Amino acid sequence: MVFQNVIWAITLTGMGLVALGFIYAIAQAGKPADTAEAERAHRTSISLRRALFAALLLLGIGIAWASLRPFPIPPQHQPLQAAQVVEVVGHQWTWDVSPTHLRADEPVEFRVTASDVNHGFAIYAPDGRIVIQTQAMPGFTNKILYTFRTPGTYRIMCLEYCGVAHNGMTAEFDVAAREDKS
Amino acid sequence: MSSLELYPQDEKLPRGEHVAFNLYMITALLLFVLMMLLGLTMRMTQADWTPVQAAMFYKVMTMHGAGMVGTMSLASTAVMWFFLRKYVSLHLWAFLGNYVLFMLGALCIIWAVFVGNFASAWTFLYPLPVHSMGLWSNGTAAIFMLGYLLIGVGMLLFYLDAAAAIIRRYGNLARGLGLQWLFGGTIDPTHPKAVVAGTMVIIANSLGILAGAVVLVMCLINAYDPEVALNALVVKNLIYWFGHMVINATIYMGVIAVYELLPRYTGKPYGISRPFLWSWAASTVFVIIVFPHHLLMDYAEPRWMLVMGQIISYAAGFPVFLVTAYGVLTNIHRSGLRWKMPSMLAVLALFGWAAGIVPAIIDGTISVNRVMHNTQWVPGHFHFYLLLGVLPMILTLLYHVVGSRRRAPVNGGLDRAGLFLYVTGGIAFCMVFLYAGHMSVARRFAAHLPEWLPYDRAGSVAAMVLILGMLLFATRIIVGLLKAPIDADPAHPAG
Repeated sequence: MVFQNVIWAITLTGMGLVALGFIYAIAQAGKPADTAEAERAHRTSISLRRALFAALLLLGIGIAWASLRPFPIPPQHQPLQAAQVVEVVGHQWTWDVSPTHLRADEPVEFRVTASDVNHGFAIYAPDGRIVIQTQAMPGFTNKILYTFRTPGTYRIMCLEYCGVAHNGMTAEFDVAAREDKS
Repeated sequence: MSSLELYPQDEKLPRGEHVAFNLYMITALLLFVLMMLLGLTMRMTQADWTPVQAAMFYKVMTMHGAGMVGTMSLASTAVMWFFLRKYVSLHLWAFLGNYVLFMLGALCIIWAVFVGNFASAWTFLYPLPVHSMGLWSNGTAAIFMLGYLLIGVGMLLFYLDAAAAIIRRYGNLARGLGLQWLFGGTIDPTHPKAVVAGTMVIIANSLGILAGAVVLVMCLINAYDPEVALNALVVKNLIYWFGHMVINATIYMGVIAVYELLPRYTGKPYGISRPFLWSWAASTVFVIIVFPHHLLMDYAEPRWMLVMGQIISYAAGFPVFLVTAYGVLTNIHRSGLRWKMPSMLAVLALFGWAAGIVPAIIDGTISVNRVMHNTQWVPGHFHFYLLLGVLPMILTLLYHVVGSRRRAPVNGGLDRAGLFLYVTGGIAFCMVFLYAGHMSVARRFAAHLPEWLPYDRAGSVAAMVLILGMLLFATRIIVGLLKAPIDADPAHPAG
């Protein structure tokens, strides 16, 4: 399952719930309540808000816990000991990537930096979706640890605006199936 | 507490204030339309429907970003001024001074972009402004940054005047924010929401503008003396601290219009409560410290800042969902709401804000940001809460003021047609951005891959519909504002 499709479904659900809340209130807006009804509605709204607060709090804590443990960014100040290491330098408006032939199912460490301005180092899978990215910054090296599961040709695109030829700043590398390892 | 009288005496606009308000709002409406046309140009270029070269595309992109953020700030400042002046004594010279400095700053930016060819995006990430590869000069970059400085100084001038006025009236800013009632005590039901929100904006946005001033001065020094090299990560932190607060302040200034006006159309009081005060106190802190969520892909950033960026992004949703949006829904529920242009726009505004922050909060998750950052997901969510949230807040006030001229709320067929076009075009425009973002379509690209063109074309058509609605709004409101007679009797203590 493509991760972005899951995010899309969750987003539509969340926005849909907000929309339903508004549709319900709007549908009721034209029917004025008498004093007793208004008092009842007021008490209900307070209870509902407390329940929503508790639900959102639990949801937020749960998602934060699940999404931060293990921390999704590898340690930046210690060796990652990956089987494959790729050095990446962004320039206006090219990428230096070495090596450009990688193996699937073995971790790859990308060491990403820039020689001039900020760039965005994004890896697009053969199906056209981003699999991972980081910023390429002058004076800093950002490290990605990623294991490719699908062999094929991957495309690098710059996702941080870096000047007039920004959208043409692309490169490619190959990922071979593990059995092709020489 | 805000008045339930539809057009209270203390909101009248005598000569000086009438002129100042019209200057702000007519300028803003014209700029909104122009900036939307620039945005449409970008979408049509990506759709391969207009032959705009990359160099011009990125100049248009820079102007659109800086122009929209500046115009949102200008118009929402006028919203805050309009209501705050009822409760505290503001000086008209400070309000007008902000306008003059904004216009001078805008001229610098327009000159830098369209004459000097500056195209570093509105975020001017160091060192791109001084590393143009020969497309613009360092002097041009300096003019652009000087423009930002002038606009920032104007905003600070207005905030300082407003802060002084709140302190004169309430003793200090904490009391303006209502902090004395957080843990107990009898809340003064007449304490205005406009003062609570205004105080929050003054505190948070002054800090943001000061961060912006610091980074702009650093970049200006570097432009003329490259030996004074800057740390790109520190600069990026300061820029996003500044940028995040400036654009978020527009929401918090704009929402004052909803707080003040919606109860007049529902007929239900909408007083302050302890949850309301807690939410604004929390939002003050959240908006100041949430900016690292813009740097989640900067792995060199300290880990605690990245974690804070994610967690505060989540926490920032609570005040919006559970207090402001929920409060509005309970205010309109079973109220006998009179559906007029201002009330329809107010409800739309809260929907746009609440729905728009759903994809924003989700993108604040580091593991989501790894695949969504700098895709069209990002303009998708911020256009949602700016186009369908903040701008309708501003339009709520404008339609209300136009209605106050003839003592009857605006509800014409053309205005409703404009609303229909604006809402349908706006929702479609933003949802196309979000859909394209989840398909990994990059933002800020002058030319798109062939497989991305269908999204660009759908987005372009939606933008045309949206702009048609905005043109109707702008025309009707500008005519209404210009025809409005000047109120003779100032009933409030403005200077």
